[in-house]
Amino acid sequence: MTPALNVEGISVALGGREVLRDVGFSLAPGAFCGLIGANGSGKTTLLRTILGFTAPSAGRVTLGGAVGYVPQKLQLDPDMPIRARDFVELGLNGHRFGFPFPSRARRARVEELLSAVDAKTFADQRIGELSGGQQQRVLIAHALIREPKLLLLDEPLANLDLRAAAEIIALLKRVAAQGVAVLISAHDMNPLLRAMDRIVYLANGRAASGKTQDVVRTEVLSALYGYHIDVIRVHERILVVAGEHGAHGHEHVAAIP
Amino acid sequence: MMLLQPGFLASVPVQNALLIGAGAALLSGAAGVFTVLRSQSFAGHALADVSSAGGAMAYLLGISPLLGFFSLSVLGALALEVIGTRRAAERDLAAGIVLGAGMGGTALLLYLDVTVKGSAGAAVSVMFGSLFAAPPGLGVAVALGALAGLLGLGLIYRPLLLASLDSELAKADGVNTRLLGTAYLLLLALAVTLSAMAVGAILSTALLIGPAAAALRLAHSPAAAMGLAALLGLFCAWGGVWLAYQSYGWTPGHVWPVSFFITALVLAVYAVASLVRRG
Ligand SMILES: Nc1ncnc2c1ncn2[C@@H]1O[C@H](COP(=O)(O)OP(=O)(O)OP(=O)(O)O)[C@@H](O)[C@H]1O
Ligand SMILES: [Mg+2]
Repeated sequence: MTPALNVEGISVALGGREVLRDVGFSLAPGAFCGLIGANGSGKTTLLRTILGFTAPSAGRVTLGGAVGYVPQKLQLDPDMPIRARDFVELGLNGHRFGFPFPSRARRARVEELLSAVDAKTFADQRIGELSGGQQQRVLIAHALIREPKLLLLDEPLANLDLRAAAEIIALLKRVAAQGVAVLISAHDMNPLLRAMDRIVYLANGRAASGKTQDVVRTEVLSALYGYHIDVIRVHERILVVAGEHGAHGHEHVAAIP
Repeated sequence: MMLLQPGFLASVPVQNALLIGAGAALLSGAAGVFTVLRSQSFAGHALADVSSAGGAMAYLLGISPLLGFFSLSVLGALALEVIGTRRAAERDLAAGIVLGAGMGGTALLLYLDVTVKGSAGAAVSVMFGSLFAAPPGLGVAVALGALAGLLGLGLIYRPLLLASLDSELAKADGVNTRLLGTAYLLLLALAVTLSAMAVGAILSTALLIGPAAAALRLAHSPAAAMGLAALLGLFCAWGGVWLAYQSYGWTPGHVWPVSFFITALVLAVYAVASLVRRG
Protein backbone atom coordinates (compact mmCIF):
# COMPACT_ATOMS: atom_id res chain seq x y z
CA MET A 1 0.00 0.00 0.00
CA THR A 2 1.53 3.35 -0.98
CA PRO A 3 1.78 5.70 1.98
CA ALA A 4 -0.36 8.83 2.08
CA LEU A 5 2.70 10.75 3.21
CA ASN A 6 6.37 9.94 3.20
CA VAL A 7 8.81 12.35 4.80
CA GLU A 8 12.42 11.31 4.24
CA GLY A 9 15.16 12.89 6.29
CA ILE A 10 14.14 16.51 5.79
CA SER A 11 16.06 19.41 7.27
CA VAL A 12 14.67 22.93 7.20
CA ALA A 13 16.57 26.14 7.88
CA LEU A 14 14.73 29.41 8.58
CA GLY A 15 16.55 32.70 8.90
CA GLY A 16 19.89 30.90 8.96
CA ARG A 17 18.86 28.59 11.83
CA GLU A 18 18.20 24.88 11.40
CA VAL A 19 14.66 24.42 12.70
CA LEU A 20 14.22 20.78 11.67
CA ARG A 21 17.03 18.26 11.32
CA ASP A 22 16.74 14.89 9.61
CA VAL A 23 13.03 14.40 10.29
CA GLY A 24 11.53 11.30 8.73
CA PHE A 25 8.28 9.38 9.10
CA SER A 26 5.54 7.96 6.97
CA LEU A 27 1.76 7.74 7.25
CA ALA A 28 -0.43 4.97 5.86
CA PRO A 29 -3.92 5.76 4.57
CA GLY A 30 -6.31 6.02 7.51
CA ALA A 31 -3.58 6.81 10.03
CA PHE A 32 -4.46 9.24 12.80
CA CYS A 33 -1.22 10.88 13.80
CA GLY A 34 -0.49 13.55 16.39
CA LEU A 35 2.29 16.02 15.65
CA ILE A 36 3.32 16.98 19.15
CA GLY A 37 5.85 19.52 20.37
CA ALA A 38 6.27 22.62 22.51
CA ASN A 39 5.86 26.17 21.16
CA GLY A 40 8.57 26.84 18.62
CA SER A 41 9.45 23.16 18.19
CA GLY A 42 8.72 23.31 14.45
CA LYS A 43 5.21 21.89 14.05
CA THR A 44 4.00 24.63 11.73
CA THR A 45 7.31 24.54 9.87
CA LEU A 46 6.93 20.80 9.25
CA LEU A 47 3.34 21.24 8.01
CA ARG A 48 4.41 24.10 5.72
CA THR A 49 7.20 21.94 4.33
CA ILE A 50 4.77 19.11 3.60
CA LEU A 51 2.51 21.63 1.84
CA GLY A 52 5.43 22.79 -0.29
CA PHE A 53 5.44 26.37 1.09
CA THR A 54 8.93 25.92 2.52
CA ALA A 55 11.68 24.07 0.66
CA PRO A 56 13.73 21.66 2.78
CA SER A 57 17.50 22.05 2.63
CA ALA A 58 17.81 18.26 2.60
CA GLY A 59 15.51 15.27 2.21
CA ARG A 60 12.18 15.07 0.47
CA VAL A 61 8.43 14.83 0.91
CA THR A 62 6.35 12.40 -1.15
CA LEU A 63 2.56 12.63 -1.20
CA GLY A 64 0.17 9.79 -2.03
CA GLY A 65 -2.48 12.16 -3.37
CA ALA A 66 -4.22 15.47 -2.80
CA VAL A 67 -3.68 17.28 0.51
CA GLY A 68 -6.31 19.13 2.52
CA TYR A 69 -5.10 21.87 4.85
CA VAL A 70 -6.79 23.39 7.88
CA PRO A 71 -4.98 26.53 9.08
CA GLN A 72 -5.10 27.34 12.77
CA LYS A 73 -7.43 30.27 12.22
CA LEU A 74 -8.73 32.16 9.23
CA GLN A 75 -7.16 35.60 9.07
CA LEU A 76 -10.38 37.29 8.07
CA ASP A 77 -12.39 40.35 8.79
CA PRO A 78 -15.60 39.51 10.70
CA ASP A 79 -17.38 41.78 8.20
CA MET A 80 -16.32 39.61 5.27
CA PRO A 81 -19.66 38.83 3.65
CA ILE A 82 -19.22 35.13 2.99
CA ARG A 83 -21.47 32.39 4.26
CA ALA A 84 -20.03 29.17 5.64
CA ARG A 85 -21.76 27.29 2.82
CA ASP A 86 -20.06 29.34 0.11
CA PHE A 87 -16.72 28.97 1.82
CA VAL A 88 -17.05 25.18 1.74
CA GLU A 89 -17.92 25.38 -1.95
CA LEU A 90 -14.71 27.31 -2.57
CA GLY A 91 -12.85 24.18 -1.43
CA LEU A 92 -14.23 22.45 -4.49
CA ASN A 93 -13.61 25.05 -7.17
CA GLY A 94 -11.87 28.02 -5.56
CA HIS A 95 -8.63 27.26 -7.40
CA ARG A 96 -10.32 27.34 -10.80
CA PHE A 97 -10.59 30.26 -13.16
CA GLY A 98 -13.81 30.98 -14.99
CA PHE A 99 -17.25 32.27 -14.23
CA PRO A 100 -18.81 30.88 -11.06
CA PHE A 101 -22.02 29.56 -12.58
CA PRO A 102 -24.07 27.76 -9.93
CA SER A 103 -24.47 24.02 -10.32
CA ARG A 104 -26.87 21.64 -8.62
CA ALA A 105 -24.32 18.82 -8.34
CA ARG A 106 -21.90 21.16 -6.57
CA ARG A 107 -24.60 22.37 -4.19
CA ALA A 108 -25.46 18.77 -3.32
CA ARG A 109 -21.83 17.95 -2.64
CA VAL A 110 -21.53 20.98 -0.36
CA GLU A 111 -24.67 19.85 1.48
CA GLU A 112 -23.13 16.40 1.97
CA LEU A 113 -19.97 17.86 3.50
CA LEU A 114 -21.93 20.25 5.71
CA SER A 115 -23.82 17.34 7.24
CA ALA A 116 -20.65 15.25 7.55
CA VAL A 117 -19.14 17.91 9.82
CA ASP A 118 -22.45 18.78 11.56
CA ALA A 119 -22.41 22.34 10.24
CA LYS A 120 -25.90 22.50 8.73
CA THR A 121 -27.41 24.64 11.46
CA PHE A 122 -24.98 27.51 10.88
CA ALA A 123 -24.28 27.01 7.17
CA ASP A 124 -25.93 30.28 6.21
CA GLN A 125 -24.18 32.44 8.76
CA ARG A 126 -21.22 34.61 7.88
CA ILE A 127 -18.05 32.69 8.62
CA GLY A 128 -16.59 35.60 10.56
CA GLU A 129 -19.50 35.38 13.02
CA LEU A 130 -18.95 31.71 13.89
CA SER A 131 -17.38 30.45 17.10
CA GLY A 132 -13.93 28.84 17.03
CA GLY A 133 -15.35 25.31 17.03
CA GLN A 134 -17.90 26.10 14.33
CA GLN A 135 -15.20 27.69 12.18
CA GLN A 136 -13.06 24.57 12.59
CA ARG A 137 -15.87 22.42 11.23
CA VAL A 138 -16.32 24.67 8.23
CA LEU A 139 -12.57 24.69 7.58
CA ILE A 140 -12.51 20.89 7.78
CA ALA A 141 -15.40 20.61 5.33
CA HIS A 142 -13.56 23.00 2.98
CA ALA A 143 -10.44 20.84 3.21
CA LEU A 144 -12.28 17.53 2.71
CA ILE A 145 -14.52 18.40 -0.20
CA ARG A 146 -11.92 17.52 -2.83
CA GLU A 147 -11.35 14.10 -1.23
CA PRO A 148 -7.74 14.46 -0.14
CA LYS A 149 -5.61 11.45 0.82
CA LEU A 150 -3.98 13.47 3.58
CA LEU A 151 -5.48 16.03 5.94
CA LEU A 152 -3.14 18.46 7.72
CA LEU A 153 -4.45 20.44 10.68
CA ASP A 154 -2.44 23.10 12.50
CA GLU A 155 -3.43 23.28 16.19
CA PRO A 156 -7.15 22.79 15.53
CA LEU A 157 -7.84 22.33 19.24
CA ALA A 158 -5.93 25.38 20.45
CA ASN A 159 -8.90 27.67 21.08
CA LEU A 160 -11.55 25.07 21.85
CA ASP A 161 -13.08 24.04 25.15
CA LEU A 162 -12.90 20.36 26.15
CA ARG A 163 -16.26 19.44 24.72
CA ALA A 164 -15.72 21.17 21.36
CA ALA A 165 -12.26 19.58 21.16
CA ALA A 166 -13.72 16.12 21.80
CA GLU A 167 -16.29 16.69 19.04
CA ILE A 168 -13.66 17.74 16.53
CA ILE A 169 -11.52 14.73 17.43
CA ALA A 170 -14.48 12.39 16.95
CA LEU A 171 -15.14 14.02 13.58
CA LEU A 172 -11.51 13.58 12.52
CA LYS A 173 -11.58 9.99 13.69
CA ARG A 174 -14.50 9.35 11.32
CA VAL A 175 -12.50 11.02 8.53
CA ALA A 176 -9.53 8.71 9.21
CA ALA A 177 -11.86 5.71 9.20
CA GLN A 178 -12.71 6.61 5.58
CA GLY A 179 -9.06 6.08 4.66
CA VAL A 180 -7.76 9.65 4.90
CA ALA A 181 -4.46 10.00 6.76
CA VAL A 182 -4.86 12.71 9.41
CA LEU A 183 -1.88 14.67 10.76
CA ILE A 184 -2.87 17.02 13.55
CA SER A 185 -0.51 19.30 15.42
CA ALA A 186 -0.93 20.08 19.12
CA HIS A 187 1.24 21.19 21.99
CA ASP A 188 -0.66 18.95 24.40
CA MET A 189 -1.03 15.31 23.41
CA ASN A 190 -3.56 14.40 26.10
CA PRO A 191 -6.79 15.28 24.29
CA LEU A 192 -5.55 13.14 21.37
CA LEU A 193 -4.35 10.12 23.36
CA ARG A 194 -7.39 7.91 22.76
CA ALA A 195 -7.75 8.86 19.14
CA MET A 196 -4.24 8.79 17.74
CA ASP A 197 -2.52 5.63 16.66
CA ARG A 198 0.73 7.31 15.62
CA ILE A 199 2.78 10.17 16.96
CA VAL A 200 5.51 12.43 15.63
CA TYR A 201 7.16 14.07 18.62
CA LEU A 202 9.28 17.15 17.92
CA ALA A 203 11.96 18.49 20.26
CA ASN A 204 15.34 20.00 19.70
CA GLY A 205 14.69 20.19 15.95
CA ARG A 206 14.50 16.41 15.73
CA ALA A 207 11.62 13.98 15.66
CA ALA A 208 10.76 10.66 17.24
CA SER A 209 7.93 8.86 15.51
CA GLY A 210 6.01 5.63 15.65
CA LYS A 211 3.21 4.11 17.67
CA THR A 212 2.28 6.34 20.61
CA GLN A 213 3.25 3.83 23.31
CA ASP A 214 6.64 3.21 21.65
CA VAL A 215 7.53 6.91 21.45
CA VAL A 216 6.13 8.43 24.62
CA ARG A 217 8.64 6.69 26.90
CA THR A 218 11.26 7.97 29.27
CA GLU A 219 14.22 6.60 27.26
CA VAL A 220 13.01 7.76 23.86
CA LEU A 221 12.08 11.30 24.90
CA SER A 222 15.17 11.72 27.09
CA ALA A 223 17.32 10.87 24.07
CA LEU A 224 15.34 13.36 21.96
CA TYR A 225 15.55 16.23 24.46
CA GLY A 226 19.15 15.47 25.40
CA TYR A 227 18.47 15.47 29.12
CA HIS A 228 16.52 13.35 31.54
CA ILE A 229 12.78 13.35 31.03
CA ASP A 230 10.14 11.53 33.03
CA VAL A 231 7.04 10.24 31.35
CA ILE A 232 4.39 10.02 34.04
CA ARG A 233 0.96 8.48 33.61
CA VAL A 234 -1.80 9.72 35.90
CA HIS A 235 -5.50 9.04 35.41
CA GLU A 236 -5.04 8.20 31.71
CA ARG A 237 -3.13 11.42 31.21
CA ILE A 238 0.51 11.60 30.27
CA LEU A 239 2.80 14.22 31.73
CA VAL A 240 6.18 14.73 30.17
CA VAL A 241 8.28 16.42 32.83
CA ALA A 242 11.83 17.57 33.18
CA GLY A 243 13.08 16.34 36.55
CA GLU A 244 15.57 17.99 38.89
CA HIS A 245 18.06 18.60 36.08
CA GLY A 246 15.62 20.79 34.26
CA ALA A 247 16.29 23.87 32.20
CA HIS A 248 16.95 26.25 35.09
CA GLY A 249 19.12 23.90 37.06
CA HIS A 250 17.14 24.04 40.27
CA GLU A 251 14.68 21.50 41.49
CA HIS A 252 11.33 21.81 39.79
CA VAL A 253 8.77 19.79 37.98
CA ALA A 254 7.30 21.24 34.82
CA ALA A 255 5.29 19.82 32.01
CA ILE A 256 7.35 20.43 28.89
CA PRO A 257 5.01 20.39 25.96
CA MET B 1 -33.87 80.90 -13.34
CA MET B 2 -34.67 77.50 -14.76
CA LEU B 3 -34.26 74.67 -12.36
CA LEU B 4 -34.35 71.96 -15.00
CA GLN B 5 -32.33 72.37 -18.13
CA PRO B 6 -33.91 70.96 -21.28
CA GLY B 7 -32.26 68.60 -23.77
CA PHE B 8 -30.25 66.56 -21.28
CA LEU B 9 -30.09 63.32 -23.26
CA ALA B 10 -29.92 65.05 -26.65
CA SER B 11 -26.63 66.74 -25.83
CA VAL B 12 -23.60 64.96 -27.33
CA PRO B 13 -21.18 65.90 -24.50
CA VAL B 14 -23.77 64.57 -22.04
CA GLN B 15 -24.04 61.26 -23.90
CA ASN B 16 -20.27 60.97 -23.88
CA ALA B 17 -20.15 61.83 -20.19
CA LEU B 18 -22.83 59.27 -19.34
CA LEU B 19 -20.93 56.55 -21.21
CA ILE B 20 -17.61 57.39 -19.52
CA GLY B 21 -19.30 57.64 -16.13
CA ALA B 22 -21.04 54.30 -16.59
CA GLY B 23 -17.90 52.43 -17.65
CA ALA B 24 -15.84 53.92 -14.84
CA ALA B 25 -18.48 53.34 -12.17
CA LEU B 26 -19.35 49.76 -13.14
CA LEU B 27 -15.76 48.48 -13.20
CA SER B 28 -14.58 50.53 -10.22
CA GLY B 29 -17.56 49.47 -8.14
CA ALA B 30 -17.09 45.76 -8.84
CA ALA B 31 -13.29 45.78 -8.58
CA GLY B 32 -13.45 48.05 -5.54
CA VAL B 33 -15.10 45.30 -3.48
CA PHE B 34 -11.85 43.35 -3.62
CA THR B 35 -9.83 46.50 -3.02
CA VAL B 36 -11.72 46.93 0.24
CA LEU B 37 -11.61 43.23 1.18
CA ARG B 38 -7.88 43.06 0.50
CA SER B 39 -7.22 46.37 2.30
CA GLN B 40 -5.61 47.79 -0.82
CA SER B 41 -7.25 51.22 -0.82
CA PHE B 42 -3.90 52.90 -0.45
CA ALA B 43 -2.45 50.94 -3.36
CA GLY B 44 -5.47 52.00 -5.44
CA HIS B 45 -4.87 55.61 -4.53
CA ALA B 46 -1.16 55.31 -5.36
CA LEU B 47 -2.02 53.92 -8.80
CA ALA B 48 -4.36 56.83 -9.41
CA ASP B 49 -1.68 59.35 -8.45
CA VAL B 50 0.86 57.66 -10.71
CA SER B 51 -1.65 57.62 -13.55
CA SER B 52 -1.94 61.42 -13.30
CA ALA B 53 1.62 61.60 -14.63
CA GLY B 54 0.31 59.70 -17.66
CA GLY B 55 -2.54 62.16 -18.00
CA ALA B 56 -0.13 65.07 -17.96
CA MET B 57 2.09 63.21 -20.43
CA ALA B 58 -0.85 62.74 -22.79
CA TYR B 59 -1.31 66.54 -22.99
CA LEU B 60 2.37 66.97 -23.76
CA LEU B 61 2.51 64.32 -26.47
CA GLY B 62 -0.96 64.98 -27.82
CA ILE B 63 -2.00 61.34 -27.38
CA SER B 64 -5.28 59.93 -26.04
CA PRO B 65 -5.66 60.59 -22.30
CA LEU B 66 -6.89 57.03 -21.84
CA LEU B 67 -3.62 55.69 -23.19
CA GLY B 68 -1.60 58.12 -21.09
CA PHE B 69 -3.36 57.34 -17.81
CA PHE B 70 -3.46 53.60 -18.42
CA SER B 71 0.17 53.13 -19.42
CA LEU B 72 1.39 54.89 -16.28
CA SER B 73 -0.98 53.15 -13.90
CA VAL B 74 0.11 49.77 -15.31
CA LEU B 75 3.70 50.84 -14.77
CA GLY B 76 2.72 51.80 -11.22
CA ALA B 77 1.10 48.38 -10.65
CA LEU B 78 4.24 46.61 -11.82
CA ALA B 79 6.38 48.84 -9.61
CA LEU B 80 4.17 47.95 -6.62
CA GLU B 81 4.68 44.26 -7.34
CA VAL B 82 8.44 44.56 -7.71
CA ILE B 83 8.94 46.65 -4.57
CA GLY B 84 6.63 45.08 -2.07
CA THR B 85 5.47 41.52 -2.46
CA ARG B 86 7.57 39.74 0.12
CA ARG B 87 5.55 40.76 3.15
CA ALA B 88 2.11 42.29 3.59
CA ALA B 89 3.56 45.11 5.70
CA GLU B 90 5.71 46.13 2.75
CA ARG B 91 2.67 46.83 0.61
CA ASP B 92 1.83 50.18 2.18
CA LEU B 93 5.45 51.17 2.10
CA ALA B 94 5.67 50.32 -1.59
CA ALA B 95 2.47 52.25 -2.29
CA GLY B 96 3.84 55.32 -0.53
CA ILE B 97 7.09 55.21 -2.48
CA VAL B 98 5.40 54.65 -5.83
CA LEU B 99 2.87 57.42 -5.07
CA GLY B 100 5.65 59.89 -4.28
CA ALA B 101 7.59 59.10 -7.43
CA GLY B 102 4.41 59.34 -9.52
CA MET B 103 3.37 62.71 -8.15
CA GLY B 104 6.88 64.05 -8.64
CA GLY B 105 6.66 63.06 -12.29
CA THR B 106 3.23 64.68 -12.52
CA ALA B 107 4.61 67.94 -11.15
CA LEU B 108 7.27 68.01 -13.85
CA LEU B 109 4.95 67.01 -16.69
CA LEU B 110 2.24 69.53 -15.72
CA TYR B 111 4.92 72.23 -15.63
CA LEU B 112 5.97 71.22 -19.14
CA ASP B 113 2.31 71.20 -20.25
CA VAL B 114 2.06 74.85 -19.27
CA THR B 115 5.47 76.02 -20.48
CA VAL B 116 5.78 73.97 -23.68
CA LYS B 117 2.17 73.44 -24.70
CA GLY B 118 0.55 76.41 -23.05
CA SER B 119 -2.29 74.22 -21.70
CA ALA B 120 -2.99 76.03 -18.47
CA GLY B 121 -6.10 73.96 -17.74
CA ALA B 122 -4.25 70.65 -17.82
CA ALA B 123 -3.62 70.46 -14.09
CA VAL B 124 -7.25 70.85 -13.05
CA SER B 125 -8.42 68.55 -15.81
CA VAL B 126 -5.94 65.77 -14.98
CA MET B 127 -6.41 65.95 -11.24
CA PHE B 128 -10.12 66.73 -10.91
CA GLY B 129 -11.54 65.67 -14.28
CA SER B 130 -13.49 67.57 -16.91
CA LEU B 131 -16.13 65.11 -17.97
CA PHE B 132 -18.11 67.40 -20.28
CA ALA B 133 -14.93 68.33 -22.14
CA ALA B 134 -13.89 64.73 -22.81
CA PRO B 135 -12.87 63.91 -26.40
CA PRO B 136 -15.84 62.48 -28.38
CA GLY B 137 -14.46 58.95 -28.91
CA LEU B 138 -13.53 58.47 -25.26
CA GLY B 139 -16.96 57.22 -24.17
CA VAL B 140 -16.86 54.16 -26.38
CA ALA B 141 -13.23 53.42 -25.44
CA VAL B 142 -14.03 53.60 -21.72
CA ALA B 143 -17.09 51.39 -22.17
CA LEU B 144 -14.99 48.76 -23.98
CA GLY B 145 -12.28 48.98 -21.32
CA ALA B 146 -14.87 48.47 -18.60
CA LEU B 147 -16.30 45.45 -20.39
CA ALA B 148 -12.85 43.88 -20.69
CA GLY B 149 -12.14 44.61 -17.02
CA LEU B 150 -15.44 43.09 -15.86
CA LEU B 151 -14.78 39.96 -17.93
CA GLY B 152 -11.31 39.64 -16.41
CA LEU B 153 -12.72 40.12 -12.92
CA GLY B 154 -15.30 37.39 -13.54
CA LEU B 155 -12.59 35.02 -14.73
CA ILE B 156 -10.43 35.38 -11.63
CA TYR B 157 -13.35 35.81 -9.21
CA ARG B 158 -13.12 32.49 -7.35
CA PRO B 159 -9.36 32.24 -6.82
CA LEU B 160 -9.27 35.96 -5.99
CA LEU B 161 -11.98 35.48 -3.38
CA LEU B 162 -10.18 32.51 -1.84
CA ALA B 163 -6.87 34.37 -1.78
CA SER B 164 -8.57 37.41 -0.24
CA LEU B 165 -10.07 35.21 2.49
CA ASP B 166 -6.82 33.52 3.45
CA SER B 167 -3.76 33.59 1.28
CA GLU B 168 -2.07 30.51 2.83
CA LEU B 169 -5.21 28.46 2.48
CA ALA B 170 -5.52 29.54 -1.15
CA LYS B 171 -1.95 28.44 -1.79
CA ALA B 172 -2.66 25.06 -0.18
CA ASP B 173 -5.69 24.73 -2.48
CA GLY B 174 -3.45 25.23 -5.50
CA VAL B 175 -3.90 28.94 -6.23
CA ASN B 176 -0.88 30.81 -7.56
CA THR B 177 -1.42 33.75 -5.21
CA ARG B 178 1.53 35.70 -6.56
CA LEU B 179 0.29 35.64 -10.14
CA LEU B 180 -3.24 36.36 -8.98
CA GLY B 181 -2.10 39.38 -6.95
CA THR B 182 -0.42 40.80 -10.04
CA ALA B 183 -3.45 40.13 -12.22
CA TYR B 184 -5.65 41.91 -9.70
CA LEU B 185 -3.34 44.92 -9.51
CA LEU B 186 -3.49 45.23 -13.30
CA LEU B 187 -7.29 45.16 -13.16
CA LEU B 188 -7.13 47.78 -10.43
CA ALA B 189 -4.92 49.90 -12.70
CA LEU B 190 -7.58 49.68 -15.40
CA ALA B 191 -10.40 50.55 -12.99
CA VAL B 192 -8.49 53.51 -11.61
CA THR B 193 -7.70 54.73 -15.13
CA LEU B 194 -11.34 54.65 -16.18
CA SER B 195 -12.36 56.45 -13.00
CA ALA B 196 -9.71 59.08 -13.63
CA MET B 197 -11.37 59.67 -17.00
CA ALA B 198 -14.60 60.43 -15.17
CA VAL B 199 -13.61 62.32 -12.02
CA GLY B 200 -9.87 62.96 -12.40
CA ALA B 201 -6.91 61.12 -10.94
CA ILE B 202 -7.12 62.41 -7.38
CA LEU B 203 -10.83 61.73 -7.01
CA SER B 204 -10.84 58.33 -8.72
CA THR B 205 -10.40 56.57 -5.38
CA ALA B 206 -13.86 57.86 -4.44
CA LEU B 207 -15.53 55.77 -7.16
CA LEU B 208 -13.32 52.81 -6.32
CA ILE B 209 -13.81 52.69 -2.55
CA GLY B 210 -17.07 54.50 -1.77
CA PRO B 211 -19.68 52.38 -3.58
CA ALA B 212 -17.79 49.16 -2.69
CA ALA B 213 -17.61 50.01 1.00
CA ALA B 214 -21.31 50.92 1.01
CA ALA B 215 -22.24 47.69 -0.78
CA LEU B 216 -20.19 45.57 1.61
CA ARG B 217 -22.24 46.97 4.49
CA LEU B 218 -25.45 45.79 2.87
CA ALA B 219 -24.74 42.66 0.82
CA HIS B 220 -24.64 39.08 2.03
CA SER B 221 -22.13 37.69 -0.45
CA PRO B 222 -19.13 39.09 -2.26
CA ALA B 223 -20.81 38.60 -5.64
CA ALA B 224 -23.89 40.49 -4.48
CA ALA B 225 -21.63 43.23 -3.10
CA MET B 226 -19.95 43.54 -6.50
CA GLY B 227 -23.27 43.89 -8.31
CA LEU B 228 -24.61 46.37 -5.77
CA ALA B 229 -21.40 48.42 -5.77
CA ALA B 230 -21.53 48.66 -9.56
CA LEU B 231 -25.13 49.88 -9.41
CA LEU B 232 -24.45 52.37 -6.62
CA GLY B 233 -21.45 53.67 -8.57
CA LEU B 234 -23.62 54.03 -11.66
CA PHE B 235 -26.20 55.97 -9.65
CA CYS B 236 -23.49 58.37 -8.39
CA ALA B 237 -21.93 58.85 -11.83
CA TRP B 238 -25.15 59.45 -13.71
CA GLY B 239 -26.68 61.43 -10.86
CA GLY B 240 -23.58 63.61 -10.82
CA VAL B 241 -23.71 64.23 -14.56
CA TRP B 242 -27.39 65.12 -14.34
CA LEU B 243 -26.91 67.50 -11.41
CA ALA B 244 -23.99 69.20 -13.12
CA TYR B 245 -26.09 69.66 -16.22
CA GLN B 246 -28.84 71.21 -14.11
CA SER B 247 -26.33 73.53 -12.43
CA TYR B 248 -26.06 75.47 -15.68
CA GLY B 249 -29.40 76.96 -14.76
CA TRP B 250 -28.46 77.74 -11.17
CA THR B 251 -25.51 79.96 -11.99
CA PRO B 252 -26.29 80.96 -15.56
CA GLY B 253 -23.51 80.33 -18.02
CA HIS B 254 -21.50 78.13 -15.68
CA VAL B 255 -21.56 74.40 -15.12
CA TRP B 256 -20.38 73.27 -11.72
CA PRO B 257 -17.68 70.58 -11.76
CA VAL B 258 -19.22 67.14 -12.39
CA SER B 259 -16.61 65.61 -10.10
CA PHE B 260 -18.02 67.57 -7.20
CA PHE B 261 -21.49 66.13 -7.67
CA ILE B 262 -20.27 62.57 -8.22
CA THR B 263 -18.09 62.52 -5.14
CA ALA B 264 -20.80 64.21 -3.06
CA LEU B 265 -23.24 61.48 -4.11
CA VAL B 266 -20.65 58.80 -3.24
CA LEU B 267 -20.37 60.26 0.24
CA ALA B 268 -24.17 60.37 0.56
CA VAL B 269 -24.53 56.75 -0.59
CA TYR B 270 -21.94 55.59 1.92
CA ALA B 271 -23.57 57.54 4.74
CA VAL B 272 -27.00 56.10 3.94
CA ALA B 273 -25.59 52.56 3.74
CA SER B 274 -23.98 52.99 7.15
CA LEU B 275 -27.26 54.21 8.63
CA VAL B 276 -29.23 51.34 7.06
CA ARG B 277 -26.75 48.80 8.41
CA ARG B 278 -26.95 50.21 11.91
CA GLY B 279 -30.71 50.85 11.88
N1 LIG C 1 10.16 32.94 8.95
C1 LIG C 1 10.98 32.53 9.95
N2 LIG C 1 12.26 32.96 10.01
C2 LIG C 1 13.07 32.55 11.00
N3 LIG C 1 12.73 31.69 11.96
C3 LIG C 1 11.47 31.22 11.95
C4 LIG C 1 10.52 31.61 10.95
N4 LIG C 1 9.36 30.98 11.19
C5 LIG C 1 9.56 30.25 12.29
N5 LIG C 1 10.82 30.37 12.74
C6 LIG C 1 11.41 29.69 13.91
O1 LIG C 1 11.29 28.31 13.70
C7 LIG C 1 10.98 27.66 14.91
C8 LIG C 1 9.77 26.76 14.70
O2 LIG C 1 8.65 27.56 14.49
P1 LIG C 1 7.20 26.93 14.25
O3 LIG C 1 6.28 28.05 13.99
O4 LIG C 1 7.31 25.87 13.25
O5 LIG C 1 6.91 26.30 15.69
P2 LIG C 1 5.57 25.65 16.20
O6 LIG C 1 5.92 24.31 16.76
O7 LIG C 1 4.52 25.67 15.16
O8 LIG C 1 5.21 26.63 17.39
P3 LIG C 1 3.76 27.04 17.98
O9 LIG C 1 3.33 25.93 18.90
O10 LIG C 1 4.06 28.28 18.77
O11 LIG C 1 2.83 27.27 16.84
C9 LIG C 1 10.77 28.73 15.95
O12 LIG C 1 11.92 28.75 16.76
C10 LIG C 1 10.62 29.99 15.17
O13 LIG C 1 11.22 31.03 15.88
MG1 LIG D 1 2.61 26.65 15.00
